[in-house]
Amino acid sequence: MSLSKMRKLKLSMIVDHGVLILGSLFMILPLVMLLQMTTIPDTEIIKTGPTLKIGDQFDDNLYKAMFEASGFAGENSGLSMLKNSLILGIGFAVGKILIGMLAAYAIVYFRLRFATLAFWLIFTTLLLPLEVRILPSYEVVQWLGMLNTYQGLIIPLIASATATFFFRQFFRSVPEELVEAARIDGAGPVKFFIDILMPLSKTMIAAMFIIMFVYGWNQYLWPTMITTDEDMYTLVRGIKQIVQVLEGAVVPEYGRSNVLALVAVIPPVLVVVFFQSWFVKGLTESDK
Amino acid sequence: MAQVQFNSITKTYPNGFEALKPTNFTIKEGEFAVLVGPSGCGKSTLLRMVAGLEDITAGDLSIGTRVVNHVDPADRDIAMVFQNYALYPHMTVRKNIGYGLKNRGTAKSEIARKVDEAAAMLNLTPYLESKPSQLSGGQRQRVAMGRAIVRDPALFLFDEPLSNLDAKLRNQMRIEIKALQRRLGVTSIYVTHDQVEAMTMADRIIVMNEGRVEQIGTPAQVYHNPATTFVASFMGAPPMNLLPAVVDGGQVMLEGVSFGPAPHRGKVIAGIRPEDFSPDPEGDLTIHVDLVEELGAHRLLHGKLGEEAVTVHVANESVAQTGPLRVGVKPDALCLFDAVEGNRI
Repeated sequence: MSLSKMRKLKLSMIVDHGVLILGSLFMILPLVMLLQMTTIPDTEIIKTGPTLKIGDQFDDNLYKAMFEASGFAGENSGLSMLKNSLILGIGFAVGKILIGMLAAYAIVYFRLRFATLAFWLIFTTLLLPLEVRILPSYEVVQWLGMLNTYQGLIIPLIASATATFFFRQFFRSVPEELVEAARIDGAGPVKFFIDILMPLSKTMIAAMFIIMFVYGWNQYLWPTMITTDEDMYTLVRGIKQIVQVLEGAVVPEYGRSNVLALVAVIPPVLVVVFFQSWFVKGLTESDK
Repeated sequence: MAQVQFNSITKTYPNGFEALKPTNFTIKEGEFAVLVGPSGCGKSTLLRMVAGLEDITAGDLSIGTRVVNHVDPADRDIAMVFQNYALYPHMTVRKNIGYGLKNRGTAKSEIARKVDEAAAMLNLTPYLESKPSQLSGGQRQRVAMGRAIVRDPALFLFDEPLSNLDAKLRNQMRIEIKALQRRLGVTSIYVTHDQVEAMTMADRIIVMNEGRVEQIGTPAQVYHNPATTFVASFMGAPPMNLLPAVVDGGQVMLEGVSFGPAPHRGKVIAGIRPEDFSPDPEGDLTIHVDLVEELGAHRLLHGKLGEEAVTVHVANESVAQTGPLRVGVKPDALCLFDAVEGNRI
């Protein structure tokens, strides 16, 4: 390799890495700032904001955030909010995947009248996100007596045009002969779905789970409307609750809410990290 | 084992396309029947109707003594081998072969025994725990075969099972499939567009064209006595030479040479297999050879007889060169066809 070539290579490598490092910093710095602010007393945050100083308050804040109740009734500790968030995120993702798969299964594999029409009707619901139909949805949930329940949190959001669409596209790419071979092998519709289609969709399910879990985890508006009991609060909304306690001269518990914010980031990150390897494997391994 | 009876079987698609005109024939017990024809001739449709994957528009289909028009594919006691193998990609070879048995509620130990037996028969034993993606094309084909034989069905259906393999493997698998069918004695219907496969494997060939059966017969019958010009030109490589001739005064006249008596009058088509010409200095016909195709064991001479293109098949010891060549025609080698309908006279 000639000298000039080497220099060129080095320069391009430096630029590449520079871009990557800048991007990483851009994403990570806010979290680092949050972490720093959990280590100093709340009064100091008000006075100075984020600094480079690392204090000794982290343990205290962590304990307060996770185990001590906050709010009016004293029922929402960080742990219970974490639990609620997990139930919402997982219930949301699993439900959406299951319903999306079943809907797509019906549309693709069964000769239904108006199957195409049904599909496009489902598809057009993409134009009607929750925010548009929030009042009627609330009305229905309220009428069904599902306020302050997990069902009320999850079920009204569970129908998913996106998941239906993705699974429909995927099912259509499954070779016809596989269905026919299964029919001759004596697999009925249920067996075919469980024995063949589900395992084949593994990577699709992983991808959908990432998207839907994060989506469900980050829900804010809907839980705010549906849950009024403090023991039903999710993390995302509990954080807000803590900072809101601004009565007279009381300093908001910034340290505590910052810990909660960090805790709220961890599960989606874990989900993405865990399923991503699976997801990528599914995309690169080209045996269907 | 069972015979398969087609009784006025018809297939019309909802858009009005008639994929299969009323068809009658019977496949005998233990027979290896090959459906052959160009793409779109209805042969796959016919096979899929036997499998129960395609509805029958009219007519009765019976397997054994039972009319199966409305019987579910799983209950027809058939097994099918698909062109692209249709193996379940997420299952091991063992599970692929045993899946049909499992769905029928066969006991686990019984499944294991039968799968081992089938795998041994097909030399698949070392691969039982592999996934289909780790196997070669020929091995996948064998797994598909294993899936069929493990169920011990009354009828095997093959839908162009060898067309995804390379030529060498195809020859080998052809022999293996035929030998296996002989050993098991199971009635089989085999669909292919490759006339070589049809000739070499079939007990009886069913030649199809445009939704109709053109001819049913043994490979020798179909080859030497084609019922129509379509069969004559489809079977055999190179195909039969089809030359315009006239019957004049009770004699077939081709290029001004008489080829014996014929009852017909007027224009006809004379069919002569390339190997039925023989180079002969005393021969009646002169062919102008344009091209010599060397095939090792023999040669093909492409040329013109009058205005018509002809192919002559000669042994490799005879001299071959371009230019005029006098040839004779073996006695009784001429097949006469109606000039308009293409039917045998």
